[in-house]
Amino acid sequence: MLGDEAIAQAAMDAGMSGMYAYPGTPSTEIMEYVQASPQAAGDNIHREWSSNEKTATEAALGMSYAGKRAMVAMKHVGLNVAADAFINSAVTGVNGGLVVVAADDPSMHSSQNEQDSRFYGKFALVPVFEPRNQQEAYDMIFDAFELSEKYRLPVLFRITTRLAHSRAPVMRRAAKAQNNIHLPSDPRQFVLLPAIARKQYRALTSLFGKLADEPLLADYNRLSRGSGRGTGIITCGIAINYLMENIDGHQDDYHILSVAAYPLNRTLVAELVESCDQVLVLEEGYPFIEEQLRGLLDRDVKVLGRMDGTVPRDGELNPSIVAAALGLEAIHGKAVPGIVRQRPPSFCKGCGHADVYLALVDVMNEFGPGRVFSDIGCYTLGALPPYNMVNSCVDMGASVTMAVGAADAGLWPAVAVIGDSTFTHSGMTGLLDAVIKDSHVTLIISDNSTTGMTGGQKSQATDRLESICLGLGVKRNHLRVIVPLRKNHEENKAALREELKHHGLSVILARRECIQAASKNKKSEAADKSKKGE
Amino acid sequence: MKCDIILAGVGGQGILTIAATIGLAAVEENLFLKQAEVHGMSQRGGDVQSHLRLSDREIHSDLIPHGKADLIISVEPMEALRYLPWLSPEGWVVTSSIPYVNIPDYPDPADIIAELRKTGNTIVLDADTMAKDLGSSRSGNMVILGAASSFISVPFEALEKGVRKLFGRKGEEVVGLNLMALSAGRAAAAGSANSKISV
Repeated sequence: MLGDEAIAQAAMDAGMSGMYAYPGTPSTEIMEYVQASPQAAGDNIHREWSSNEKTATEAALGMSYAGKRAMVAMKHVGLNVAADAFINSAVTGVNGGLVVVAADDPSMHSSQNEQDSRFYGKFALVPVFEPRNQQEAYDMIFDAFELSEKYRLPVLFRITTRLAHSRAPVMRRAAKAQNNIHLPSDPRQFVLLPAIARKQYRALTSLFGKLADEPLLADYNRLSRGSGRGTGIITCGIAINYLMENIDGHQDDYHILSVAAYPLNRTLVAELVESCDQVLVLEEGYPFIEEQLRGLLDRDVKVLGRMDGTVPRDGELNPSIVAAALGLEAIHGKAVPGIVRQRPPSFCKGCGHADVYLALVDVMNEFGPGRVFSDIGCYTLGALPPYNMVNSCVDMGASVTMAVGAADAGLWPAVAVIGDSTFTHSGMTGLLDAVIKDSHVTLIISDNSTTGMTGGQKSQATDRLESICLGLGVKRNHLRVIVPLRKNHEENKAALREELKHHGLSVILARRECIQAASKNKKSEAADKSKKGE
Repeated sequence: MKCDIILAGVGGQGILTIAATIGLAAVEENLFLKQAEVHGMSQRGGDVQSHLRLSDREIHSDLIPHGKADLIISVEPMEALRYLPWLSPEGWVVTSSIPYVNIPDYPDPADIIAELRKTGNTIVLDADTMAKDLGSSRSGNMVILGAASSFISVPFEALEKGVRKLFGRKGEEVVGLNLMALSAGRAAAAGSANSKISV
């Protein structure tokens, strides 16, 4: 099972009643696994995609309010979107168990940053789990729900790309029954009026101080004593695997504290520090433990890690980086021959986004460069040659609002290019701003009727874009629909040109089904037909 | 026993089918297995790789360390070269000879073959044409896997079982074609192993 799949299976086996998510690499497969599972269908587990990570988290909190176990999954930057709900859910607390899975992407394989979600756990004052491998991810989910219900706290479950997208065998446990509906014992628990919130926040801070000793957490952090003083090592999550890859057979030479749950027990760290001359910290992501260990003065204990260059400051870990950090002899294969070229991702052959950009490139030549704001999705590839059309890709929905701000500054024309799913995720509220000001913005919604980049999940926008735009107040005569096909190139250029010249808000819906989704649909239709034929 | 394999190709070429077949064979043989995959943005025509590790003992890292891979299996010749830093000095490269050109500065294919030749333990074959000749143009992956099979620490029969399991849903005909492709690749590699390279 993929790490993502192990988490999904575990949640179902642990009696989860509802799974909530918005697609995002490397977290997408958690929901996909639940959706494909006959067990989920049989147990009537909720498993619909949400519009974004915030709505997903709030819905999961609502299910928890009703006494049932819920899980919500997202990529690391999704937790920014969900942060309001997440941070405040620590103050309300939960009723049914609530597990929030954040999948971090160090090295930015498919992301715009490599933020470390463990900081969110500390920020919200909730326990954090960080499994070392797929089996532990499975087992930990049971404890995460248990812990969540024991302390009435949401639990953050932090994974990184390599755990999410790596397969290993996983042993399952017997499935537990779901909770029955039961309301919170205190009817005001979820009412964060200041007077109530103050009381609950005080209780939360006091509880957080004691969590490090809770066996459901503390038992996941293991100290193994080695011989001699030398270097002690702290590993977080999967870093232990890269360490063991290098020192298997010699692990008794080292003192090792293998961490998989937070907050971290101080006594355990003290025990390690007192047994060695220096401490090497190996963690995937930011120097989270390392920074705490160094403290403000950085003088009580000699610490090696990302902050002093023993480990690179950014990027994911791997066995070779850990070998170098340990001072072991580096083994390298041959160098990559000079003739090998970069092969960046590109639009699929026949992709509708490509036709949108081909038309836009021609038309924007008439207006000058630097005027196209874009967003998160396949269509961000319009930033690469041969289009070189996209001037921004920041966060979900930012194309619309950055275009609005640039137009406010007097940049004309200001163009925003966003996908259908990203639009319903976070673009709609920005469009309302543009409607109210009648901003001099041309918004192109490149509608492929799916969430393409993450592999073709259902888009909340499908069949709704016209009514959403009109409902928000876009004028009917400046809401255009075009079909991005080569044969419509001239016609589409004319439509774009007209709306770009309009001094006010225009929305162009460029609609053609994602060709990956289209071929998938064709195949499954053919399969259905042949089944019926039998 | 351990067998560390890098699978390489371009997003959309289906290297995960090869990985899944080896994975099923490894499970059949009761081996430990870890397989790191690439999902997301690179799947859109970018370079993709998968680290596949088999062992009779517990495997620690999901990623293969530099210089430790026993085998690179690639469905595209330039992509085979990209992962040489992972290959051990005794390791083998088994790759398709057919370039997948989706970038403007793709190098001269003859230079790529020359580089592959330099790496020593290399088998290069036109898997696509072989698959087409067998009447199954989509089984190039299985030809490559067959050609690499003698370097993978599972019996050939286990790989055949893997193919049956993986393609079983698609019917006997598809299973048969893929099994033929697998055997054809194995035979072609055996024929070329002396010269170490065939194009």
